[in-house]
Amino acid sequence: MHDTDAEVERRREAEARQKYGRGQRVRTKSIRDKKLRETLKRVEEKNKKAILAARDAEILQEHDAGFLEPEGEIERTYKVKQDEIQRSVSTETGKKGFKLDLPMGPYLAEYTRNGKELLLASKTGHVATMEWRNGRLGCEINLKEMVRDVKWLHNNQSFAVSQKDCVYIYDRQGVEIHKLKKQHEVSHMEFLPYHFLLCTTNPKGHLKYVDTSIGHIVSEISTHLGPTTAMCQNPWNAILHMGHGKGQITLWSPNSSTALARIQAHRSSSPINTVAVDRAGKYMVSGAQDGTLSVWDIRNYKRPVDSDYFTHRPASSVAISDKGLVAVGWGTQVSIWRDIFGKMKIKNPYMSWGGEGQSVSRIRWCPFEDILGIGHSAGFSSAIVPGAGEPNFDALEVNPYENVKQRQETEVRSLLNKLQPEMISLEPDFIGNLDLASAEQRARERDLDRKPDDIVAKLTKKARGRNSALKKHMRKKGQQNVITYDKLRLQDAIQANNAKAKENKERELERYGPALAKFATNGK
Amino acid sequence: MKIKALSRSSSSQQLPGTGVSRTPRNLNPELHPFERAREYTRALTATKLERMFAAPFIAQLGNGHVDGVYSIAKDPSSLDRFASGSGDGVVKVWDLPTRNETWQAQAHENIVKGICWTRDKKLLSCGSDKTVKLFDPYNTDSNTAPVGTYLGQGAFNAITHHRHQPAFAAASSVISIYDTSRPSSSPSQTLEWPTTVDTIRTVSFNQTETSILASAGTDRSVIMYDLRTNSPIHRTVLNLASNAISWNPMEAFNFACANEDHNVYIFDMRNMKRALNVLRDHVAAVMDVEFSPTGEELVSASYDRTIRLWDRRKGHSRDIYHTKRMQRVFSCAFTPDSNYVLSGSDDGNVRLWRARASSRQGVKSFREKQKLEYDDALKARYAHMPEIRRIARHRHQPKTVKKAGEIKAEEIAAIKRREENERKHSKKGLRKRRAEREKMVLADED
Repeated sequence: MHDTDAEVERRREAEARQKYGRGQRVRTKSIRDKKLRETLKRVEEKNKKAILAARDAEILQEHDAGFLEPEGEIERTYKVKQDEIQRSVSTETGKKGFKLDLPMGPYLAEYTRNGKELLLASKTGHVATMEWRNGRLGCEINLKEMVRDVKWLHNNQSFAVSQKDCVYIYDRQGVEIHKLKKQHEVSHMEFLPYHFLLCTTNPKGHLKYVDTSIGHIVSEISTHLGPTTAMCQNPWNAILHMGHGKGQITLWSPNSSTALARIQAHRSSSPINTVAVDRAGKYMVSGAQDGTLSVWDIRNYKRPVDSDYFTHRPASSVAISDKGLVAVGWGTQVSIWRDIFGKMKIKNPYMSWGGEGQSVSRIRWCPFEDILGIGHSAGFSSAIVPGAGEPNFDALEVNPYENVKQRQETEVRSLLNKLQPEMISLEPDFIGNLDLASAEQRARERDLDRKPDDIVAKLTKKARGRNSALKKHMRKKGQQNVITYDKLRLQDAIQANNAKAKENKERELERYGPALAKFATNGK
Repeated sequence: MKIKALSRSSSSQQLPGTGVSRTPRNLNPELHPFERAREYTRALTATKLERMFAAPFIAQLGNGHVDGVYSIAKDPSSLDRFASGSGDGVVKVWDLPTRNETWQAQAHENIVKGICWTRDKKLLSCGSDKTVKLFDPYNTDSNTAPVGTYLGQGAFNAITHHRHQPAFAAASSVISIYDTSRPSSSPSQTLEWPTTVDTIRTVSFNQTETSILASAGTDRSVIMYDLRTNSPIHRTVLNLASNAISWNPMEAFNFACANEDHNVYIFDMRNMKRALNVLRDHVAAVMDVEFSPTGEELVSASYDRTIRLWDRRKGHSRDIYHTKRMQRVFSCAFTPDSNYVLSGSDDGNVRLWRARASSRQGVKSFREKQKLEYDDALKARYAHMPEIRRIARHRHQPKTVKKAGEIKAEEIAAIKRREENERKHSKKGLRKRRAEREKMVLADED
């Protein structure tokens, strides 16, 4: 069948909306106000134009994602070894897979936001930064004390290290520039780059947010859930996901003293070892001590597939790449899964790495590259994983090839656009939406002298089924050994109800007569 | 096995030998989190910057006048010349780019009540010494004798020139039309409402519908005349007298009048039963009002020592201008490019202000222009947000004006309350509510 132009056009628009649309369209036809209708029509027209233009601009993107495709029935992607990949890709890319033998024990690894620099820290205190592409060492320090966690701050100019007693911030030369005394024995750290917030948690379960641009503590929250065993941020809405001892994952924002959501992520109630959220904030992957790996859709708090994935050893680290590959480090190995967020359970991993005796401590995807960084007990390894990274970066957002001038300008601009901690919420685009609470309701809330709601009037009015709302209330709330005025009134109301029911029943009995008496209702 | 991994060479990002690095874009929303929040933050910053850069006052012109400035007139055929008339009878002509006086003359014995320019770049002034004088400031030296003198029966209060004919109208208790092409110094025709005798305060030719003339008098009336029939058309009596009338240059049938009751009213001359809009913010009588050349904005000068700028569609002013030294403001005008505002006040100074307090007129680079446009769009998009609205609306007012505004609001509320109480206790339908836009009209006669 031949497609008409209109159909092609419609399909093109639908595709563009899928990717670039911002929420639902406004149905302008049903709006009665002429002026409003025309205004909204104009806005919708503009939006449509912008969406189509964004789609058409895709033609300017110069890079395609990498891939690993079996050519026959027998070939399996998970059997491909690193040296085979290195042989078949270009020399420049091949050089990106490398290994650093470092003797000082398990290493943690972190990439900067643009993936240009790498931060390595051994648990025994050796900390080093490097431009990993050309192997240029930035700084190297030996702290001679335990390092629990490391994090780059907003760019490659400073990083935070959680040491034995508290958190220190170092600049790119390795000079200590701040000591955060109030962040005590921090086990996990996260940095929210748009809010300039360094989030820390400790074995006591305290969560602290400190603004690194001004140095103030923004929020201190006690989780009351025991030690935090894992933490990660949702890059889409800056919510923190914290794993706890009994298979629970909780969601936190600095604006609420209680968790925004609690998820029983693992059925076996074993401690969560690691958790990760993808860049679009749609899926969460967590690994627990019992060797399960569970996938969650955090938009509706459901699992896409009802059964868990398993690792032979408990997962030590999980990371999700730009393109949705999930890397899981367990024991001495790393498995990389693809299409794990779909409705189908995947049988085999996409790729695997390791098995050479070094236990994996932390894995991180390098942004905008097909590279997986693996920190392990024998140092650091960089593995090439085709199809992992976002091929086309946006130079005005995060630029992997930025020069000094650009970095400085980006820093100033991002500080000017720093988001306030109050803007962190599960729905990041809530700002600017209309408050739909009616003026009446708002006025009532403002009025401090307002009369409290009359519970008796409310409950007697309520439509009820078999059970009286009054009785239910008394059963649930009225059992305390306290007599209040309201309680007396409630009792009176129940008695009045009962009397009325009795009267009704008597009247019905009389109407039906003795033969049909059994059809009389109980009066309610 | 087919294998391809990402490879970008870093040398392709910045071409060798150039300092320009490429900026590839990817508009995928996943790469741009917190879109709304960041836009809002930018809008907030833009609003704050706008208020930070708000510096409305530019300068006073020359050394001003010795006495108060009671009239201002701009040359309709020039962007940079305008004249001002003072209380001691001196008329001065100013050059805007240099902000200096170019010409002056002692035109009258006492106060210059009105001035206007003719189409051949000559200056007309009228005063309470019953004369209208014609000067030629472009071609003569300062303090030369007038080119012509026209005599009238009474003291003149206002003067206005026809759009293209060599005729002007001067107002005393009647409106006298003089023909400048004739040698006679007496009026060629006179116009008046048959039953009124009171002084006419202001008169204004419609510059689009050129034979229409509007006047306002101390008897609180606003009267329309038609030159073609040589007769008055329509008379409307308002609650209080009007001080100035300005025709909308883009909508020929609309005009604004500055009223003694602190308000500016915009009327449609075809339907004088109700105002199109009521502009209320001043706390004393409005002495002068003028439409901007675009017809979208207005400037008003008030006895409360402030100037206010208005959007013609909105009921409250968008900005208030004042200085510590500025006294009662009697005249104001937009410059013909509508980028600046002029004001003449009782303290003898002629002041130059920006029409947009935070805008700057210098040449802007493309990027700067783009940024300003983007900021404007953001500000408009988030204008409803409480924080942004608060910052954008905040203006410093002189203490007296603020206090007077508070007292006035209280008084108005009291009047309203009293009216409502009276309404509650009287027979239904006896005291009907009147629309705010109709309240000021007392009577309407053809």
